[in-house]
Amino acid sequence: MRGLTKEYVIRRFLMFLLTIWLGATIIFIIPRLAPGDPVAAMISRMINQSGYIENSAQLIEAWRKKFGLDDPMYIQYLRYLWNMVRFDMGYSLSQFPQPVIATLRRGLPWTIGLLSVATILSFLFGNLIGALLGWRRTPKWLKRILPLSLSFTSIPFFMLGIILIYIFAFGLNWFPFSKGYSDSTPGLNLRFIVDVIYHGTLPAFAIVLTSMGGWALGMRGMMISIDSEDFLILAQAKGLPMRRIFTWYAVRNAVLPQFTALALSLGGIVGGSILVEYIFAYPGVGYQFYQAIVNLDYTVIQGIAFLLIMATSTAVLVIDLIYPLIDPRITYQKK
Amino acid sequence: MAEAEIVQTGASAAPKTGRRINRWDNPWLNVKFLVGAGMVLFIVLLGVVGPLFWDTRLARVGSAELNLPPVGVTVEVDGVKYVGTWKHPLGTESNGRDMLALIITGAPMSLQVGVIAALIGMGIGIVLGSAAGYLGGWVDNVIRTLADSVITIPALAVLITISAYVRQIELSTMALILAMFAWPAPTRFVRAQVLTLRERGYVRMAQLSGVPPLEIMLKEMMPNMLPWIAASLSGNITGTILAASSLEALGLGPTRIPTLGMTIYYAIRAVAMLRGMWWWLGFPILTLTIIFVGFFLIATGLDEIANPRLRGVKS
Repeated sequence: MRGLTKEYVIRRFLMFLLTIWLGATIIFIIPRLAPGDPVAAMISRMINQSGYIENSAQLIEAWRKKFGLDDPMYIQYLRYLWNMVRFDMGYSLSQFPQPVIATLRRGLPWTIGLLSVATILSFLFGNLIGALLGWRRTPKWLKRILPLSLSFTSIPFFMLGIILIYIFAFGLNWFPFSKGYSDSTPGLNLRFIVDVIYHGTLPAFAIVLTSMGGWALGMRGMMISIDSEDFLILAQAKGLPMRRIFTWYAVRNAVLPQFTALALSLGGIVGGSILVEYIFAYPGVGYQFYQAIVNLDYTVIQGIAFLLIMATSTAVLVIDLIYPLIDPRITYQKK
Repeated sequence: MAEAEIVQTGASAAPKTGRRINRWDNPWLNVKFLVGAGMVLFIVLLGVVGPLFWDTRLARVGSAELNLPPVGVTVEVDGVKYVGTWKHPLGTESNGRDMLALIITGAPMSLQVGVIAALIGMGIGIVLGSAAGYLGGWVDNVIRTLADSVITIPALAVLITISAYVRQIELSTMALILAMFAWPAPTRFVRAQVLTLRERGYVRMAQLSGVPPLEIMLKEMMPNMLPWIAASLSGNITGTILAASSLEALGLGPTRIPTLGMTIYYAIRAVAMLRGMWWWLGFPILTLTIIFVGFFLIATGLDEIANPRLRGVKS
């Protein structure tokens, strides 16, 4: 690929591995510094549910042996890393015979669908609004109206979600207040797709409306600093139409740093969407996260955290690798 | 005072002709900055002065009647009609906590966690960022790689995992955990600032005069970075308060202290919105929004003060 050197790709890939390793290590070590024993906690939960369990002490011991909790810490750690690399996250504690990965496989498509649609929409709208705000020749009335669309910036996704539920689901009854689809069976037919879009509208709106402003502000700043560049004056002198100057000369250049910003803020967007799914009981990974917290299902919690770290770092890696294609001036070749 | 008024009226009558220096043209009189500072001050005062006027013990479970709407509102909850009174101006929730007392005790807590975590993060960021920017070489490589890696980790996912294990969490522990993810952004940002400042004439001059690096950083560079650092700090505070209230809204906050996020959690658990109890969620969200918008305005205001280009295109 143009501008990409082997050395850069390798370096970038090593950083990708470093990120995942760091994340995986943090979620392994810190919980183990805390007092408490997951197996004992689980047994006591079973006792709470069924009243009494015979030989609970032996049961704890057997399970500790089975999950290798009596081994030295570094062996547990190495085994954990090896399992994570193979996506073997063990069994769900609350739905016991089911492997964690099966749970995640159910939620992941929903999360990826909602998040990618919402992120792309907010990136497009936000940059367009920002570009118009920073452009000298935008009509005055538009410049007055546009900032209104940014009024939800700096409110967390989920708080706007709560407000949207109250207005549009409880008050006006226009949209459903929870779930990803109604009782119709999932399948690739038109009715189900419409149903999914209908259910996804409010959650997506909550993310788009709140994250749009950040893009708009960044874009506005870039447009202002590009405004005095010589190539814009030259384009005008050549008599190019204003629309063409706006899109292919100003926006084309101003939008580039926004892709870096996208890579940097993706982690925050993913985190924010966990809460949105929780508020809307959307059937994605974020809602499963909440259910796992309630059920004290530690393997699922750890699995989801690892999956989210993995997914975000992969997306950031992809953005970084296609960046030279978007901006041909960037090369990683040594001078 | 009189002189100031004259200058002001003169400026409004003939805005572009006057050549003398307008004392209202001080960049620190930035509207966004002042409004934002006012909003944050309002929340601080609420926590400081509030307890003098309102009994905060009402924030405990069962200290008031249940499900009362704010004063002047009549609402039907679960088929029973409730009338709001002055006894509980912001209403009460289903566990008999008074909303006003909850806000007065909760708002400073949320602010406190955010400010402590952000300050720790900022401190680490300043140290690592200036070391990376000023020293360069392998130090820069290590710090930059670390910061770039940590910044892409979805912090909330890790924070949720940690607090799911550490169930009984204290406010100070929470602040420390949050600080773990509050340092990469300031580090990157301070590093970039130091890199540009390093090439300035006065820094070169100081280097040539044999001033030790630490002194250059503190005496020559720091003062020039202050507005940016303040802007980045208030952005950081927003981030940490957001993370803290997100954890609390999932039920992972301190259970003994009534924070705004925990109030949201209880309200979500009790399906407050769909029972029409808008005040239960509405007031904590409003308070948090004031905090968020306040710090957001402070950050953008400080940005404009530090960087005149952002003040807009004058057409």
